[in-house]
Parts: sequence; C-alpha cells; structure tokens
Amino acid sequence: MLELRGLSRYFGGVRAVDALDLRVAGGEIFGLIGPNGSGKSTTVNLVTGLFAPSAGQILFEGADIAKLPTHARLAHGIARTFQNIRLFGQLTVWQNLWVAQNSAEDRARKGFFARWLGGQRDARAEILPLLEFSGLAHKQDELASNLAFGEQRRLEVARALATRPRLLLLDEPAAGMNSEEIGQLRERILKIRERGVTVLLVEHVMELVMGVTDRIAVLNFGQKIAEGTPAEIQADPLVRKAYLGGEAA
Amino acid sequence: MDFYFGLIQIIGVHTLLGLSAYVILLTGQLSIAQAAFYAIGAYVSAMLTVLWGWHIVPALFAGAAMGAFFATLVGFPALRVRGLMLVIATLAFGEGVRLFFFNFDYQIQKGNVKVGPLGPEGFRQIRYFPENGWTTFDVMLFVWVFVILVMALIWWVDRSRYGAVLRAVGDDELAAQSVGINLTAVKVSAMTVGGGIAGLAGCLYAHYTTHIEHLGFGVLQSVFAVAYPIIGGMASVFGTLFAVIFVQGILVEGLRFLGDWRNLLFGALIIVAMVVRPTGFLDALMLKRFARWFALGRERA
Repeated sequence: MLELRGLSRYFGGVRAVDALDLRVAGGEIFGLIGPNGSGKSTTVNLVTGLFAPSAGQILFEGADIAKLPTHARLAHGIARTFQNIRLFGQLTVWQNLWVAQNSAEDRARKGFFARWLGGQRDARAEILPLLEFSGLAHKQDELASNLAFGEQRRLEVARALATRPRLLLLDEPAAGMNSEEIGQLRERILKIRERGVTVLLVEHVMELVMGVTDRIAVLNFGQKIAEGTPAEIQADPLVRKAYLGGEAA
Repeated sequence: MDFYFGLIQIIGVHTLLGLSAYVILLTGQLSIAQAAFYAIGAYVSAMLTVLWGWHIVPALFAGAAMGAFFATLVGFPALRVRGLMLVIATLAFGEGVRLFFFNFDYQIQKGNVKVGPLGPEGFRQIRYFPENGWTTFDVMLFVWVFVILVMALIWWVDRSRYGAVLRAVGDDELAAQSVGINLTAVKVSAMTVGGGIAGLAGCLYAHYTTHIEHLGFGVLQSVFAVAYPIIGGMASVFGTLFAVIFVQGILVEGLRFLGDWRNLLFGALIIVAMVVRPTGFLDALMLKRFARWFALGRERA
C-alpha cells in the first residue's frame, strides 16, 4: 500500500531521515518507533507532503506521490493527525469534520455548488455517525477549542476519518494519556482498521505500540535499525541499545 | 435631512469596504490593498457612465468585476507570501494603483466640455445621478440595496461549508492543508470576492460623491477597511456594520462639535473600544447571548 524507497530528508548537514526503505501492507497496523529525534515525525511529514524529500520515492498504491502537494495526497486517501493537536478552534466540533470532507468520493458524489455552498442539514446527518464513533456526538455544537484534551485528540482522529482515508498516519496519539485512555485508544485503533483503513502508528508509548501493531519498524538517527513483529522487536539487541543507550543486553 | 441621507450613504459604502476586508480576514490574511480595488471600481464605473453613457447598474457590475479581476491577479503572487510580507506586498500594490490614477489622463470632448479623469485633478463631473434626476434619498436607497444584498450574501456564505473552510484556513493553514483543503484556491477565491465587493463600493462612492481623485484611495482607506471588521468582531457581518456606524456615525460626525479636539478623541475612543471589547463588538459569545434572548422571547410569546 505504502512503500518508501530510499527516502531521505536533510536539514543542512543533519540527516533527519536517511535512505529509509519501508513497506506497509494494506489492512495492517504498522508501528514506527524510535527515540526522540530519530526521524519519525519527519517521515510522517514527508509522506503527507509538508516536507519535500531530499531524495527517494514515496509510492502509494503503486503511484509515486512524492511531488504532489499535501491537499492532493489527501484526495488519494492519506490522512493524518498531529503530535501537537491542531484543530480549527473557532469552528464547532461538527464543523471541524465538515471542512474535512474533501475526499475523491465526496467530490464525485456531490456537485461543486452542493459541496461548497451546501447548508448544514445534510452534512450533519453524514457526520453524526463519525462523532458517535468518537464519543463526541453530545458535544457537536461546542467550539473545538473548548474541548478537554482527550476529546480534542478524539476529534482530530474523527476529522482525519472524515476525509475517508485508506491510510491513516497517527503521530503520537497517546501522548499525555493515562493508561485507561490508552486502552480506549487501542480499541479505537482496532476499530479503525475494521473500517478498512490501514494505520501507520508513530508512537513513544510502548504499552500501546506493542499491544496493537502487527509489525514495527525502529528508527534511530534517521535510519531503520530493525523491523519485525512486536515480539521480535522487543527481543532485538540493537533496539534495546538504541533505547537504553547502554550495552546490548 | 439630506445631511443624514448623505451620512447613511457613507455608512453604506464603508460597510461594503469593511465587508470586502472581512472575507479576506476570515482566511487569516491581512490585505492593505482594498483601497486599490475600491479605486479601480470607482474609476472604471465612472468612466463607463460618464464617457460612454452606460446605465449605472451594468457599470456597477463592470466595476465590481474589474475589482475582482485585479484582486485575483494580486492574489496569486501575493498569497505565496504570508503574514507581514503579504501586508507589505498589498500595501505596495495599493500605492501603485493610487499613483497610476495620479498620472492617468483620459478625457474626451462632450459638447463644449472635456470630461474624464485628469491626473492629479481627479475625475470631476460624475453626474449620473443628478442628470437622471435622482434625489439624495433615492441614491441612499440604491446604495443600501447593494449593502443589504452583499451582507445577506456573506451571511449566507458564512453558514455554508465554504465559509467554514475560510475560517478553517484562518485558524490553521497546516491542518487545513492536511485535511485536503487547497490553500491557494481558497485564499485566492476569498481575495477575488473581497476585491469584487471593494470594486462595488468604489462604484457607489464615485457616483454619490461626483468627484474622485487619487487622494481618496490612499493607505488610510485600506486601513479603515480592515479596521471595521476587526473593531466590529469577526463572528458575524453585523459586527462590521456596527463598527462603521460607531466610527463614521458617532466618532466622525457625532463629535464634530468638538472642533480640533475631535481627532484626538477619535483615536482615544477607538483604543477604548478595543480595550473594552478585545474580540470586537460582536464576538461569538455575544451572538450566543443574542440567540438566547431571541429564543426566550419566542417562548414567552
């Protein structure tokens, strides 16, 4: 589904991502982990087009998307959330999902005028199931900036789902959550997969990554140092060294 | 009475000018070129009615279309830059247009007089309304038909998905891009709509004042244009209307008896207004309160 070939991004002399090869299969929950500054977020920004790659290819369903602008990649079916939540604070909860209805299906299904100048009534009915899925239906008319932290995180995922993605990139969705919330997040990620969405999960919180992913790749200094199932990764001496900084156990 | 009709005309035209900036401000852009689109609309429509004898209504639409066209042209290169650079770029364009009209001569003989724009002298004798026997009251109504049309249009757009997208871009461009919004298309379209409204305002201005010159289209006008929606609050088009009434009706005209002290108080009162209502007269909270009062009134009835 998603394939990175020799993907690199340099910032001056720093190789934030260095010749990264990665292959995420359709229907998978793929984990991307690594210490701080190892290039995980840069990879997400490269895949979604916020940064242009210095070298390499990004193939999505066989087509090279490395030169497409961000909004066009979304129409191909790639959506994301942000590590530091970025909602539209002056819009209400349901409007945050409304403005995200930019998928190719939405474009094909509705006419230009219905899509841009259409009123809220039909749109609300479409959006409500997503809000229910995220447990936010009772807050739909609240301003997004007035939500609690956990609700904001859920809204951001819901907004990404409103774009009807086939690949969803979650950038540290568990940051700042307690263990109960992490459990709920885990359930929700599994349900997202059931909707037919492939998930690329960038995360620090091992409790989540090890419990939910099918396969994991580990980055360190922009390079992939290991790849495998959660069990294989946990046993990998190189990974332990990168995380613990000491001698491999 | 004509004095009040004249004042209401001024309020109408300035409301349009403020709304032209409102649309662009929704996307988080600050354009200091609104006076330029205002000037283009004024000159184009006045030339059409005076030199070529057009009816006022098609001339208005032509002026608005030219304003929109130039706004699109400015939009494409200018929106590649953002924030303070955009302010400088639009400021430069605005001054460029003013200087163009400062040097613009195009006069033709009509009977025994020459009419048309004459450089720094400006464009005199835009006498469409007096020649066709319109009274100040008629002109006032004519201006307000367009003010109400434009206000209704923007009010409706604000409730559409396009309106929500404009605000989304204004909130967070990065997030907007990431949910599939084409930033360039949205910003340039907002600029086009804003330019068209400013062009329309210019047409109305040129015809009620009968004499336009480059001095009327300086930076100060552009600053007024963005000040109205900011003072009035970005939650609704009515904020802009209130701000224009406050500034043009109360501060400029209402304080005339103070003589030279007026200008001093004028600035001070704007600062006081912003301190008292930092998010504008009409913010989201205020609108909610109005809505609740309205709902209560309906329940009692």
